[in-house]
Amino acid sequence: MSKFRKVILTAALLAAAGWASAQSTAYPGVGRPATAKEIAAWDIDVRPDFKGLPAGSGSVAQGQDLWEAKCAHCHGVFGESNEVFSPLIGGTTNDDIKTGNVANLKRADFPGRTTIMKVATVSTLWDYINRAMPWTAPKSLKPDEVYAVTAYLLSLANVVPENFVLTDKNIAEVQKRMPNRNGMTTKHGMWPGKEFNGTGKPDTANVACMKNCVPEANVASMLPDYARNAHGNLADQNRLVGQQHGANTAVPENKSAPVGSAAALAVTKPVAKVADPALALLNKHTCTACHAQNTKVVGPSFNDIAKKYPGKAEYLAGKIKSGGSGVWGAIPMPAQTAPEADIKTIANWLAAGAAK
Amino acid sequence: MKTPDGIQSGRVQKAPENFLDRDGISTVIAESKAGRRNFIRSAFAAAAAGAAAPMALAQGNPVPTEGGDPNILNLPEHATGLGQGVAANNGYGVPSKFESNVQRRQSPGLTQTTQASVSFAPLQSLFGIVTPSGLHFERHHQGWWDIDPSKHRFMINGMVKTPKVFTMDEIMRLPSVSRFHFIECGANTAVEWGNVAVPTVQYTHGMVSCSEFTGVPLITLLEIAGADLKNGKFVLAEGGDGSSMTRTIPMSLILSGEVLVAYGQNGEMLRPENGYPLRLIVPGIQGVSWVKYLRRVEVGDKPYAAKDEAVHYMDLMPDGQHRQYTNIQECKSVVTTPSGGQVLLDKGFYNITGLAWSGRGKVAKVDVSVDGGRNWRQARLETPVLSKALTRFNIDWVWDGKPAIIQSRATDETGFVQPTYKHLRAARGTRSIYHNNAIQSWLVQENGEVKNVQVS
Repeated sequence: MSKFRKVILTAALLAAAGWASAQSTAYPGVGRPATAKEIAAWDIDVRPDFKGLPAGSGSVAQGQDLWEAKCAHCHGVFGESNEVFSPLIGGTTNDDIKTGNVANLKRADFPGRTTIMKVATVSTLWDYINRAMPWTAPKSLKPDEVYAVTAYLLSLANVVPENFVLTDKNIAEVQKRMPNRNGMTTKHGMWPGKEFNGTGKPDTANVACMKNCVPEANVASMLPDYARNAHGNLADQNRLVGQQHGANTAVPENKSAPVGSAAALAVTKPVAKVADPALALLNKHTCTACHAQNTKVVGPSFNDIAKKYPGKAEYLAGKIKSGGSGVWGAIPMPAQTAPEADIKTIANWLAAGAAK
Repeated sequence: MKTPDGIQSGRVQKAPENFLDRDGISTVIAESKAGRRNFIRSAFAAAAAGAAAPMALAQGNPVPTEGGDPNILNLPEHATGLGQGVAANNGYGVPSKFESNVQRRQSPGLTQTTQASVSFAPLQSLFGIVTPSGLHFERHHQGWWDIDPSKHRFMINGMVKTPKVFTMDEIMRLPSVSRFHFIECGANTAVEWGNVAVPTVQYTHGMVSCSEFTGVPLITLLEIAGADLKNGKFVLAEGGDGSSMTRTIPMSLILSGEVLVAYGQNGEMLRPENGYPLRLIVPGIQGVSWVKYLRRVEVGDKPYAAKDEAVHYMDLMPDGQHRQYTNIQECKSVVTTPSGGQVLLDKGFYNITGLAWSGRGKVAKVDVSVDGGRNWRQARLETPVLSKALTRFNIDWVWDGKPAIIQSRATDETGFVQPTYKHLRAARGTRSIYHNNAIQSWLVQENGEVKNVQVS
């Protein structure tokens, strides 16, 4: 610690102890007091002891309505979907609610871990739904709505009954039923400082042996041949010059090829790529929140749309403007208000094959 | 260029949506359990018994039979014409068009959206310790934004004498420091806990980057607000984007002056993908704590159990307990060349090169093995060797054309030695996702192609 730092720190400690000056004198004119309204607007975090939790209430039934309108298309009606995000609900039992430890977490063969299996603190759910959900309109839920959605989620895991109304008054009781409430440990060496009473030391202890350290090495795991090109052609992911080139994984490997000849496979001609202006617009107008290039997310993939409507730019522009439902599924696409020229560019790109 | 089989090279294939399906994963696991155990032994035997392959020089630099190399004899356009003018590309230079292969990339099938996703830095193509800002790995939780810095505000509240608001102008007026630090996602190398899952160092280790960051120590700003540093044992950091990411920041690192509120990255402002105009720098700690678009810190007396420390970024242990608040990125290293998916062009001399880092301080030494961990030689550490920054290592190697398994093993200044997979799995099992700092193995095959492998 520098002498300067010590002086400042001492000053700060004095200030904390009730020293008269409300403002550090070291940097006059920098920063100003925050107003009460500003703090209220931004200080939204909720701690495990519920400090920061606003008063309010919401029922499971209200939560279900909200869920189906605003959450289900990503998370599934029962919070079970893994289409867009990892599942929220599933894998916990009434017995877990009694013990506070999710038994399935001990099973190496249990597929996946849902949010409710992991989370120990109900405050975490409330806080995150409040600050970051729904996906395309974070912070749009009112406190009562956050209570309702949280209640609905908890009811899916039997933490609260179906007729439950969650409030700031009873949330501490709900905490006592969280299935994995006893599932956390801070007995490790990976937090710097003494705040969590950790072990303070690493849990592995390799030694830097230099000679005859292990018996002959055996390959225990490598990728199967058919996965060779699964990440795209690796020749295109390496520099064109250097002491090595990328392997041409677009063709099967020739394991008996002499060294040097194999390398010749990899040489590619550099091509300057020009991105279609539509690609930037897809991001700008957040089309990509619901549509992806190759996979169905909430709406159909761009490739599927292009396949279905080749050359039909005008029809597609109309659909983007008006929105609609029924062609690709039940979830409606809202009408889009992007500028006419942008919609045209996107529609032309789709009609021309949606090339990336 | 034609291959010996007459196949046109350079064909670009789109990556499929999913990389390993259920069957594929079972195959890998089954093979790791049952098969391939004697692969290396038999490969060595074959190499010893068989005739050595001729020194093919398809990509080499042969002595011309007559005349000379046309690249020398025929003067090119760039030696005989007029070049381009200054301040091209709207005044911001871009890499050579011949470098277009060097990109950050998504791992196919890893995430369903691009807004809650990852792109990996191309470690196989980088030199030194600095990651070019445009190639810095990305991890967004709810998409990135390009925020008007004149409208960005930074607030300090909680256990402080006077809650404060700062503009960017004000933060940039304060005494600044510039420091090189690595940032590594806690989930870097996560897919490899159980078995090999991805082909190249970009996908195994590409969620680490290193930059020179410029900013103000957070302690300075806390002092201005009159923070209660005696009772305020925890600090919450919060982002200003849609996800408003929050994390509990270790007070010991704030008090030491290491934690920065940064606006600069490699001599310019932060890139939007990296948190423009303001982000937290928490040296040695996993990237999720380096909150981007930083809008607020709060001083409190208890930890916060934010989503990314109470649902994600926790390490599952075999007994079903999760280790919570695991923050430090322990000592780790990886050879970046030769590495998976590359092809050595010939036998002979190579410079094995790689990166080492530790969240507990400086790298003290790096050892390299070319026989799967049986024998090791100490590598050269290139300067600068800085605390909680990437460190570049190099070591000479003459490849005899036989199969080789290349590994690197870093030791940091605390004496901690990077673990093997055996050590890590003994301590934590195979399901903890985060903080995989195991020694990486690359198999160099006789045909020159390098594969990602794990050894037993």
